Amino acid sequence: MSRVFQERLKVIACTKLSESYFRITFASRRIPAHALGGQFVQVKVSDSAQPLLRRPFGVHRVGKNTFDCLCEIVGEATRILSEKKPGDFVDVIGPLGNGFDYGPRTKDQGPRILVAGGMGVAPLFFLAEKIAERRTPNAERKIIVFIGAKSKKDLLCEKDFKQLGCEVKVATDDGSKGLRGRVTDLLEQYLRRTPNAERRSRIYACGPKPMLKQVSLLSKHYNLPAQISLEEHMACGIGACLGCVVKVRAQNASRRTPFAYKRVCKDGPVFSASEIIW
Amino acid sequence: MSANLKVRIGKLELANPVMVASGTFGYAEEFTELLDLRKIGAIVSKTITLAGREGNPMPRTCETPCGMLNSIGLENPGIERFLEQKLSYLASLGSPIIVSVASENDPGEFAAMVKRLEKDSRVMAIELNISCPNIKRARGKGQGSGLIAQDPKATYSLVKSCRRFTRKTLITKLSPNVTCISEIALAAQAAGSDAVSLVNTFSGMSIDVQAKRPKIACVVGGLSGPAIRPIALRMVWEVFQKIRIPIIGMGGIMDVQSALEFFLAGSSAISVGTANFVNPRVSLEIVRGIRDYLDKNKIKDIRSIVGALKL
Ligand SMILES: Cc1cc2nc3c(=O)[nH]c(=O)nc-3n(C[C@H](O)[C@H](O)[C@H](O)COP(=O)(O)OP(=O)(O)OC[C@H]3O[C@@H](n4cnc5c(N)ncnc54)[C@H](O)[C@@H]3O)c2cc1C
Ligand SMILES: Cc1cc2nc3c(=O)[nH]c(=O)nc-3n(C[C@H](O)[C@H](O)[C@H](O)COP(=O)(O)O)c2cc1C
Ligand code: FES
Repeated sequence: MSRVFQERLKVIACTKLSESYFRITFASRRIPAHALGGQFVQVKVSDSAQPLLRRPFGVHRVGKNTFDCLCEIVGEATRILSEKKPGDFVDVIGPLGNGFDYGPRTKDQGPRILVAGGMGVAPLFFLAEKIAERRTPNAERKIIVFIGAKSKKDLLCEKDFKQLGCEVKVATDDGSKGLRGRVTDLLEQYLRRTPNAERRSRIYACGPKPMLKQVSLLSKHYNLPAQISLEEHMACGIGACLGCVVKVRAQNASRRTPFAYKRVCKDGPVFSASEIIW
Repeated sequence: MSANLKVRIGKLELANPVMVASGTFGYAEEFTELLDLRKIGAIVSKTITLAGREGNPMPRTCETPCGMLNSIGLENPGIERFLEQKLSYLASLGSPIIVSVASENDPGEFAAMVKRLEKDSRVMAIELNISCPNIKRARGKGQGSGLIAQDPKATYSLVKSCRRFTRKTLITKLSPNVTCISEIALAAQAAGSDAVSLVNTFSGMSIDVQAKRPKIACVVGGLSGPAIRPIALRMVWEVFQKIRIPIIGMGGIMDVQSALEFFLAGSSAISVGTANFVNPRVSLEIVRGIRDYLDKNKIKDIRSIVGALKL
C-alpha cells in the first residue's frame, strides 16, 4: 500500500509555457519520494470556498524534494493555479491512485509503447522516467512515445521525451506537426508494420476517452496488454464519495449484475484496457 | 481546566460533538492516513440498504457556486456485506459508529435492517435516512413520488415501526425539501426518535450550456456545501423552537466559525459533510477550534451554548 499525505506545500516555480499551459513546481519531501508513475495529487487552489473542491493533477516529474504538475488552463481552478507565485503555499493531498504497473525488470524485452493525447503527456512523462530508470545494460528497453495534440502549439514534452532517449512520433489534428490525424492512427500504423515477434510489448495510454477506447480496441486486435489512465470529475479523490466510478466487467457477472463500478480515484486511475465497459 | 465537550444523544455519549456525515466519509478506511480517526466524536457510515445497490450512472457529481451536486444513488454493498466487510474496521477505531440505513420504497426494509443492527453490539446508534433525494419512494398510482421525510404521517409511522425493534439510539435524518421542517421533526419525536439530523441535501440541478445537457446524469441531484448553510441554519433554528430531542446540525459547515453558528442556533452536535472532501482533517480542526472558543470565552460546557442565540 502506498502512503498518502496532506501537506501545505511551497510553490518553487510556476512557469507559463504558452497561453494555455503552465508547469508548477512544489517543494515536498514525501510526495516525490512515494509517487509512482500514473499517480496524481489533489490540489486546493485557494483557501476560499470558490472554487470549493480540490482538483486532480497527475504527477508529471519529480526532483530531489520537489515535484511538478503540467497543466492546461480550462476553467477557474486551473487559472487560479496558473497565477501562483514562488513562495505561495498550496494545500495538496497525494500521491493518490494506483499508478501504472511498470512490468518486469529483465524478462520480456519488447518496447514500451506510450500513447498520450492532450494533457495525457503529463503523467506519461513521469512513467517514461520511471521505466528509463529501470533500464539495465542487459535489459535495454526501447520506449516509443506517440503524442497527439490539437496543433503544434499544443504539443508538449516532445523534447523531454527525446532527452530521456525515447523515440517520439507526433500527430496533430490540423497537421501543423507530424501526421495530420489522430494519435491512434499513428499507433495503428506502427502496430500494423511491426512483425508479430517484435510485438512483445506493453501499451500505456492516457488521454481523452475516445482515444482510450480506440487504444483498447487496438490492444485487443493486436493482442497486446494495455494499461489506460482514466479521468473523471472528482469530489474527494480518495475513494470516499463514490462520485468518480467507471463500469468494469464484473468478476462473476450475472444477469442481475452484468457489470461492477470501480472508483477512478482509488481503484484507478489506471485500469487494464480489457476490464473497461465502454 | 479545559471546557467540557461531552454531549449525549439518546443513550449515546460522545467525547466531543463533532461527527462526520453519512456518505461523505466512506467507511472511514479511506481517511485512515489523513487524520486520527479515534478523535472524531462519532462516525456515520455511508447509507446502507438491505440488498446492495450499484448506484446511479455517471456523471454523479458536479461543482456549483460554493457547493456541489451529487447523485450517487446510495451505491453500497448491502447490509450483510457491510457487516462482514466494513463494520469491523469502523468499530476498531474507537469512536462511536452510527449506521445509516435507507430503503427505496419499503418501510418493511427499514425495520428489517434495524432488527439486524440491534443484534450487533458494534453498532452504537442507527440513523434512518428517510431523506435521500437520489432515490425516490414510489407511492400509489397517481400520487407521484416523494420522500418519507416529506410527509409527517409517513415519517411518524416509519419511525414508530423501527422504534419497536431497537433500544439503541435512533436518529431520524430529515430533508430540507419541505415546506415546514418542524412539522416533520415533531412527527419523528412523537414516534420515539431520540434525535434528528438536519439537513440532508437540497434538490438542485446544473446545466452545461454548450452541450445543453444536465451536468449530472440523473438531472436533479442533492446540493451540499457552504451554499446551503444559511438555509440549513435557519431550519435548525426553527426546529429547535419546537422539539425537545437533540438536533444534530449540518449543512455547509466548513470550519469552527460555521460549526459554532449551528450550536448557537440549537444543535447539540454537528456533522461535517462536503468539507471532508475539501480538507479531510477539518473535523478535528473544528474540535480544537471549539475548545479554544469555549476557553477564550470562559465557557465551561459546550451544552451551555446550544441554542444560546441572543435575540
Ligand atoms: C486523475 C486525473 C489526473 C489529471 N491530471 C491532469 C494533469 O496532469 N494536467 C491537467 O492539466 N489536467 C489534469 N486533469 C484534469 C484537471 O483535473 C481538470 O482540468 C481541472 O480539474 C479543471 O478545473 P477548472 O476549475 O480549471 O475547470 P472546470 O471549470 O472545473 O472545468 C472546465 C472544463 O473541464 C472539464 N473538467 C473538469 N474537471 C475534469 C476532470 N477531472 N476530468 C475531465 N474533465 C474535466 C469540465 O467538464 C469543463 O468542461 C486530471 C484529471 C484527473 C481526474
Ligand atoms: C457525495 C455525497 C454523498 C452523500 N451520501 C449520503 C448518504 O448516503 N446518506 C445520507 O444520509 N446523506 C448523504 N449525504 C448528505 C450529507 O450527509 C449531508 O447531509 C449533506 O451533504 C449536507 O451537509 P454538508 O453541506 O456539510 O455536506 C451525502 C452528501 C454528499 C455530498
Ligand atoms: S472522487 Fe470520491 S470516490 Fe473518487
